[in-house]
Amino acid sequence: MTVVDAPGAAVLAPPGAAAPALPPDLTLREAWPQRSRRRRRVLPRGVRRLVGPLLLVAAWYALTASGTIDARTLAPPTDVVRAGADLWAEGELQAHLLASLRRASVGLGIGVTLGIALATITGLLRVADDLLDPAVQVLRAVPVLGLLPLVIIWFGIGEAPKLALVAIGTAFPVYVNTHAGIRGVDAKLVEAATTFGLRRAALIRHVVLPGAVPGFLVGLRFALTGAWLIMIVAEQINAKTGIGFLMNEARAWFRTDIIVLGLAIYGVLGLVTDGIVRLLERALLSWRRGFTGA
Amino acid sequence: MSEVLDHRRVAPDDGGYGGPAVVVRGLRRRFGERVVLDGIDLEIGRDEFVALLGRSGSGKSTLLRALAGLDPDYEGSCLVPDARSVVFQEPRLLPWRRVLQNVVLGLPRGAHARRQGTDALTEVGLADHAGAWPATLSGGEAQRVALARALVREPALLLLDEPFGALDALTRLKMHALLADLCRRHRPAVLLVTHDVDEAIALADRVLVLDGGNLAVDRRVDLDRPRDRTAPGFASLRQELLAALGVEP
Repeated sequence: MTVVDAPGAAVLAPPGAAAPALPPDLTLREAWPQRSRRRRRVLPRGVRRLVGPLLLVAAWYALTASGTIDARTLAPPTDVVRAGADLWAEGELQAHLLASLRRASVGLGIGVTLGIALATITGLLRVADDLLDPAVQVLRAVPVLGLLPLVIIWFGIGEAPKLALVAIGTAFPVYVNTHAGIRGVDAKLVEAATTFGLRRAALIRHVVLPGAVPGFLVGLRFALTGAWLIMIVAEQINAKTGIGFLMNEARAWFRTDIIVLGLAIYGVLGLVTDGIVRLLERALLSWRRGFTGA
Repeated sequence: MSEVLDHRRVAPDDGGYGGPAVVVRGLRRRFGERVVLDGIDLEIGRDEFVALLGRSGSGKSTLLRALAGLDPDYEGSCLVPDARSVVFQEPRLLPWRRVLQNVVLGLPRGAHARRQGTDALTEVGLADHAGAWPATLSGGEAQRVALARALVREPALLLLDEPFGALDALTRLKMHALLADLCRRHRPAVLLVTHDVDEAIALADRVLVLDGGNLAVDRRVDLDRPRDRTAPGFASLRQELLAALGVEP
């Protein structure tokens, strides 16, 4: 369709002046072409999200089963599944998995609690912020795993050093993001709330802490990723249980199937914890109307 | 902080207090070298609706914030009642509390507060939005919730800081009618800060113009309600106020 004439187009021209000639042709197009408008989904969203991981496993199988990659370099997925089934039948896998889960959750619990407590104090009190925050920022720059020798000297070689490492590694991201969340709460909301008679405790409860939740959840995400990373290293040193120990032992026997099994378990655990944070976000941030993708 | 209006001092002889709701004496406010309010004297009656006009930067909001108890650094005296509410230009609802929870924020918890809150929402026509999140409301709806939140406290003084400034013209007219209606029912003293001359004339019993740190105009509006923009008194008052604001017709 073409539009030949547009009435009123010369309104802005000075009075008396001849209106400039319009170009003879103007092509009009549908603002959003019909065929690409939102179609009905072929696959449910959950299934679509599985496609990527499944393709990865398929490629792995193709490369190892065809012999392109030697089984001693990387065991094929079938061997990994068999190794997993064997270890499960002996009851060993469950024991190691439980030990790892326990360490991660206890360490994470301590770290997150510490991070929230510290961030709340420095976020709310200017004095505490000036005194503590610079020190925390300096400590944060130290790589957690660099503390390993010191942690072993302090806590020995039992469970304590592993929990301490996870706690330290998770406290910092929670602290930094929760602190930023508290500081990012809109001062106008705080002001409005004070005009309605909210005093310090009520302000913190109704305005400041809820406003810091999005920041805290970002910190929690980082903390979870960090927790598993630290666990892998911590469990390979002087451990008698745990997925990391299982992998370390397998290395001595060139059992790449068990090593890959351990890696896969870490991966699944990472996915599961990420899913838990997603659920938490959905529950805690249902008041937000964010962009969810086309 | 504003002092609480001391009834004994202002009205020593009568038990039912019949004096003004606001008494401002010699209010000065400086920001560095700049004097924004230069010795304001002002009284607002118990159910008087006062509109405060002024150019941008004239100190309208500074005066309102002093009365609201949000400004610790003024000189002079500002006597205001304890029960006062503020509606800002933005609704300033807590996004993480549902509409009803926002309305009853700061009230003692319980069934009584919930009923009061629901009543206030009914008054602004949003009873069926009680369970909604603020993010799902339109600008006009959110501002009506802010009005409900202000009125649920039964304020003796209602402070409005350009509450309709961000709304479209149609919504603003509806809000004017709603506000006039609510004020008739609750009878608070009102200070409405605005830059809209028509809004001031349509709603107020008395119009002030703030200029150069002083109240340059303090004028009663004796027009019949509801006020018709085409009435001769409306147009002449409009001209007068615009001239006081430095706008030549």
